Amino acid sequence: MRNICLVLLITLAAGAPAAGPPSVFAIRGAKVVPVSGPVIEKGTVLIRDGLIQEVGSNVAIPPEAWVIEGEGLRVYPGLIDALSSLGLPEAAAAPAATRAGMRVTQVQPSPTPTPAAESRAAEGPEDRPSNTSWLRAADLITPGDRRLETARSAGFTAAVSFPQRGIFAGQGALIALAGERPGQMVISAPAGLYLTLTTAGFSSFPGSLMGVLAYIRQVYLDAEHYRTAKEFYARNPAGNQRPAYDRALEGVLEAPRVLLPASRAVEIDRMLRFARELKLNAVLYGAHEAHRVAGLLKNSGVPVLVSLKWPERSRDADPEQADSLRLLEFREMAPATPAVLAKEGVRFAFYTEGVTGSREFVRAVRRALEAGLSPEAALRAFTLAAAEIYGVADRLGSLEKGKIANLIVTDGELFEEKTRVKYVFIDGRKYEPLPEAPPEEGAGPQPSGEVLR
Amino acid sequence: MIRLCMSLIAITTLAAPPIVIRNANVLTVTKGRFQGSILVRDGKIIEAGPKVMIPEGARVIDADGQYVMPGIIDPHSHIASESTNEGSISVSSMVSMEDVLDPEDIAIYRALAGGVTTVAVMHGSANAIGGQCSVIKLRWGRDAQGLLFDGAPPILKFAMGENPKRRGTPTQIPGVPSAAPRYPATRMGVIDVMRQAFLEAAAYRDSWRQYEAKRQRGEAALPPRRDLKLEPLVELLEGRRLAHVHCYRADEILAVLRLAQEFKFKIAVLIHVLEGYKVAREIAEAGTGASTFTDWWAYKVEAYDAIPYNAALMLRKGVLVSLNSDSAELMRHLNQEAAKAVKYGGLSEDEALALITINAAKQLGIERRVGSIEPGKDADLVVFDKHPLSNYAKVLRVMIDGEFYFDRDRDMSRRAELEARKKALLDRAREREKRQAPSRRRPS
Repeated sequence: MRNICLVLLITLAAGAPAAGPPSVFAIRGAKVVPVSGPVIEKGTVLIRDGLIQEVGSNVAIPPEAWVIEGEGLRVYPGLIDALSSLGLPEAAAAPAATRAGMRVTQVQPSPTPTPAAESRAAEGPEDRPSNTSWLRAADLITPGDRRLETARSAGFTAAVSFPQRGIFAGQGALIALAGERPGQMVISAPAGLYLTLTTAGFSSFPGSLMGVLAYIRQVYLDAEHYRTAKEFYARNPAGNQRPAYDRALEGVLEAPRVLLPASRAVEIDRMLRFARELKLNAVLYGAHEAHRVAGLLKNSGVPVLVSLKWPERSRDADPEQADSLRLLEFREMAPATPAVLAKEGVRFAFYTEGVTGSREFVRAVRRALEAGLSPEAALRAFTLAAAEIYGVADRLGSLEKGKIANLIVTDGELFEEKTRVKYVFIDGRKYEPLPEAPPEEGAGPQPSGEVLR
Repeated sequence: MIRLCMSLIAITTLAAPPIVIRNANVLTVTKGRFQGSILVRDGKIIEAGPKVMIPEGARVIDADGQYVMPGIIDPHSHIASESTNEGSISVSSMVSMEDVLDPEDIAIYRALAGGVTTVAVMHGSANAIGGQCSVIKLRWGRDAQGLLFDGAPPILKFAMGENPKRRGTPTQIPGVPSAAPRYPATRMGVIDVMRQAFLEAAAYRDSWRQYEAKRQRGEAALPPRRDLKLEPLVELLEGRRLAHVHCYRADEILAVLRLAQEFKFKIAVLIHVLEGYKVAREIAEAGTGASTFTDWWAYKVEAYDAIPYNAALMLRKGVLVSLNSDSAELMRHLNQEAAKAVKYGGLSEDEALALITINAAKQLGIERRVGSIEPGKDADLVVFDKHPLSNYAKVLRVMIDGEFYFDRDRDMSRRAELEARKKALLDRAREREKRQAPSRRRPS
């Protein structure tokens, strides 16, 4: 009540500002966790016009600011979901199925444009099957995606969203999780090319994991040749035939980085070698068994996105069927991966793989904390580390002067189960989280498919 | 002086102590059989004979009359890989088993327990020209690269007959969507697909030659597009890659031998080749090897006219013959398969053992490294408790490159510990499930 009076007074004193939401906020006297620097026990964060204007223990609050009394509250940088389909409700992948230990994404009919070649069986890499590398998430953003609000309520303010169907699925975009127009939501694009190892079975090329890998290898060779051919033609147009335009290769050449799936240690080893062979600027995603090959990852310098959807025995698994020791170990050890990566100094960020409901999200993070990850390292993996991996640490990921005002205010330690997110700021605008929903029947993270044989 | 010290340190830290297996019945396969010792150092067999000097610091293993033979070589299997067939197209030579090796496939360990040390991991036979294959050693516990048999010649898989043509005439079941038919649908179509591929490969090779010539003349030229499908075929035409051909019937064996003659390359191995006994002379004349089963047949129409004497008959006609498993189960008792060739066809002990060792090594082009117990070869050894051609023989230890990868006693002693670990993990998982289970409230 006192706050509102104060604000009203300020508003009147400032002489009736233009209509529209307030653009200056001060969060005063809160515990501020900037991630990029030491924690400020009693600090103030000043937000103006979508940016962080000031962070410190001694910040003068201008009279036009809306003030939030931060006593007993904590301020963190907004969380980043480092791989998602938020804002792209129609480009989301169908639930991942598994076959022969490999993640297989089922392709289902969707409004997402698919190349004409998909309508008939592909007979080789030349048909560019499952290749929509020219799809850009930035062009497909839907601000009305209902999942945005759920993610915001759990503390997420940004996400790197990708089209996720097919092998060369498309170009991702780093987006803010709020905005009126799609264009306003895009922070950075293209963020990278999302690859899967989807197979088409016996009916169409590529029908096997080795076929997919051979296909990807040929596409990168073709992209290199395409570039050479275009340059050659630009130098010698007379007397030479022009190279045919190939949108699939244009997309491949445009991508600043490539996201490759790798969950088991064998897959991580395989994808690291593959990325080195093709000279890709790679980021691996999945990584549930990365704890076994942390040294290998460290030496490669390749960053990792760890899925928060920890492997569990499927609820409808045959109760009579005994799991192998390997599979049990895989499930048991997966949440230890972030702690091992942090210790080894491997750069990693988290992605939720749909685990964005605030309760299930915190519960999933807590499993990593129980396995030895420090809360500081966990916070870093959701903020600055993600920004670094996508090359935007100069504008996002921490509470620093001049950065985008994406931050969250909580009433306790971020990863405690009883903590509630009180305010979410995205591009300097205040959002309030959804009221706490009662626990639903069957709530909790849906176990991911088995990824081991 | 400092350098000398450094190198001394390097030697003493790097070199594992030599190993002597003594008091063994040694079956060398190529140099007969003797009672004596084998000296192993730095992964190689240094000496083998009735009297071998035991070097200082050597680890001595008393075999106490047990049998030692060279590690078994399986020239055709499908273990240790995450896919087998790229069955969507008739020429899939761009795919490679090396890309999908799975060093954690338990079949590796089980094959080791059957005395197998080297395996050719093959592409399947779903299409006329399959994929590139990998020769590996069963170094259980290593990563995918650590399995590869360094220096083994690359292989390309071909397939004749029912499998590659089957998809050309898919069974139409009402109401069940079936894939579009894929050319070829006949045996003549299979040969046509292969011929077409070789013609394409030859044209591809020529396009690169033309480009190189242009470049040497200093003309501006755009290099041709690299084609991963045709490159292995060019390697084959230039003798830098081995052809392994899956086949059954005598007529198609002759057909593919003629095709090889037409394109002037040699087929390294005919695989399965159940009717090889009918055309053994022609196979021998072509200088082509054959890898078969002793008594596994009748699993499809083209595999009916088979006899257990196949291996022996082909061998007597001068064909280089080996046995293969094509199965993770059969692989575990290839020694018994070899023994059957003694019963059916009367092969000598050495001839029978050669079917699963040195002959397979020759077919894979690795006979200078493995396949027999001779000084200078890789120390890939198997210790059996009885003669390996006996039904009662059990594998006790398996050594690859001088290191033991299987030890029967150690395996038995670890079982209780592994069971306990598994139980503990299961209990923890159940507890977690209980904790996370949603409270089941009834609607009031």
